[in-house]
Amino acid sequence: MSSRLPRASGYFRTSYAQDFALLQSRLERLSFLIFTLALAAFPLIASAFYLDLACQIFLAAIGALSLMLLTGFAGQISLGHAGLLAAGAFTVGILSKEWNAPFWVTVPVAALIGASLGIVFGLPSLRLRGLYLAVSTLALHFVVVYLGGEYETRRGYSTGIVIDPPQIAGVTIGGGRVWYYVLLTFAAAALLVCLNLLRSRSGRAWRALRARETVAEALGIHIAAYKLLAFVISSAMASVAGALFAYYRGFVSVEAFSLFLSIQYVAMIIVGGMGSLLGAIFGAVFVTLFPYLIEAALLRLPNAQAYAGDLFAVNYTAFGVVMIAFLLFEPAGLVGIWRHVQTYFLLWPFKYRPAEGARR
Amino acid sequence: MQLLVNIVVLAAIYALIACGYVLIYRVSRVLNLAHGELMMLGAYLLLATASSFAASPLLAVAAAVGLSLLVGILVYVVLIRRMTGEAVLAAVLTTVALGILLRGVMVLVWSAQQQYPGQALGIDNPALVLPGGARISVMAAMLVGATALTYGGLFWFLRFGRWGVRMRAVGQNPLLAAQRGINLHAIYALAWGLSTLTGSIAGMLIALDSGLTSSMPIVALKAFPAALVGGLDSLVGSLAGSFIIAATEVLSIQYIDPLLSDVVPFLVLIAMLMLRPWGLFGTREELDRV
Repeated sequence: MSSRLPRASGYFRTSYAQDFALLQSRLERLSFLIFTLALAAFPLIASAFYLDLACQIFLAAIGALSLMLLTGFAGQISLGHAGLLAAGAFTVGILSKEWNAPFWVTVPVAALIGASLGIVFGLPSLRLRGLYLAVSTLALHFVVVYLGGEYETRRGYSTGIVIDPPQIAGVTIGGGRVWYYVLLTFAAAALLVCLNLLRSRSGRAWRALRARETVAEALGIHIAAYKLLAFVISSAMASVAGALFAYYRGFVSVEAFSLFLSIQYVAMIIVGGMGSLLGAIFGAVFVTLFPYLIEAALLRLPNAQAYAGDLFAVNYTAFGVVMIAFLLFEPAGLVGIWRHVQTYFLLWPFKYRPAEGARR
Repeated sequence: MQLLVNIVVLAAIYALIACGYVLIYRVSRVLNLAHGELMMLGAYLLLATASSFAASPLLAVAAAVGLSLLVGILVYVVLIRRMTGEAVLAAVLTTVALGILLRGVMVLVWSAQQQYPGQALGIDNPALVLPGGARISVMAAMLVGATALTYGGLFWFLRFGRWGVRMRAVGQNPLLAAQRGINLHAIYALAWGLSTLTGSIAGMLIALDSGLTSSMPIVALKAFPAALVGGLDSLVGSLAGSFIIAATEVLSIQYIDPLLSDVVPFLVLIAMLMLRPWGLFGTREELDRV
């Protein structure tokens, strides 16, 4: 990841400690510090509405990161991400309703359930590729959602399960600010896990898998094991995201986990840019904010009240248009645009990078 | 007896939709996940033509069918053609995005309320009593007939039609087909047009039978397992697959749990993917091509 950052000068690392460091230059450390401070200070000035937006972004970011790990790096397509989120959310719902389980039990159990579902989702990948794999995950999504719905109707929660606010060490988590910091911590942890996984053996194996399976196998990579590992880790993370979502909303219902949610997550990694963690975060921000931007834009139009009822449909339409636009015109996503901008400034006043061979 | 009729009707619906998936996949290896929305668009087109040709229902249906052929060709020319040379998955995701877009547009234009094109055309839909005491609505019977006609027509077209033979050639080997002077883009556009046309016929008949609701794309999504179980590149297969899916669905609703109806097709799909991913009548090497 960090090696992809554009750098004007050469490769000056002289010790293993420097090589392992996540933040390699003084500029990176400084910008990281400023960014962290800004994130930490945000709740002090933001209104409840913006806090809610930020929390939604953090939740979406965890889900998008996990999908990016699976699709963007390991190259395994999943159209059933909403099913995994649903699994996490329902784990929380069922555990807290049936056994009154606390936060520190439900979230790890959700991760475990997610991991085992990951094996189920991943098993077809040992045999199927591309389209067929996408279809099998799609089918599993329906199965998981069906099971959730079945639980709801059997236990008489046909409108949904209400979940009490969680407690951590005796403190009840409630209110936008507390949630903001909790979700920020989880999102940061997810990012750190992904970063470290990707620069370790497993990350290199996944990239090889994505590039070409046969060659990866010839290099001695155990394909089945690493495919399943990708599914397990990604599903566990998605499931935790679903569990947090359930606690944050205080409510679980199958309606929240439609096929459209899966498509939204796929859209996040496309719009953000395949094969980049930064892209997953960009995508999560974009897709989460998008409906609000559309709403704001629509309200600016003259005669706004007339369209108020159509907001939902306009959202759908605009979302489809944006997704098509990115697929057609910027397959590298927002990260691609970001890199173009960076390269432009880095190379200024020149227009093109020197040819690959000439750089050494 | 009633159960058998239900199975046949549902199988006819699935088969009529599934052949749309098969046509496009067989020719261009693209899975059209917007098929449900295109099918719904066909039904709405009927609603639109119904108001201008209220006097003669047949003319309205013909106009809507013609329009839907045009829509399919347009989708290819405007959108899918640009994805030539990209990864197959990108094309599939484009169809997903197209589906979302169409859904939004349809709600904007026709609102999300349930509509009855049958009333607009002045067609009533009485129930027929078959020998054996089973009941079937006229539109459902027409659906079965339309499916039979469509499949008969498609088999004839692909076997003997000049363009049908070309379509098969393109499906087998696009490069060689292009070398023989077959216009690939025309063939792909034709496949999209035919697929949308058959899907729209299904959409119109379902709408005439039981009204036009926003849940129609789900029916198409459930028809997809039918196409895959039979083999994504085989029309015979999609007929067989439709019967299998419809029979399991109807029987499990009857004997196990009505809630299962949305999930049974997918359970069958998963089982099939585990056992024989290329489907009953599909070609085996398909799997490596994707």
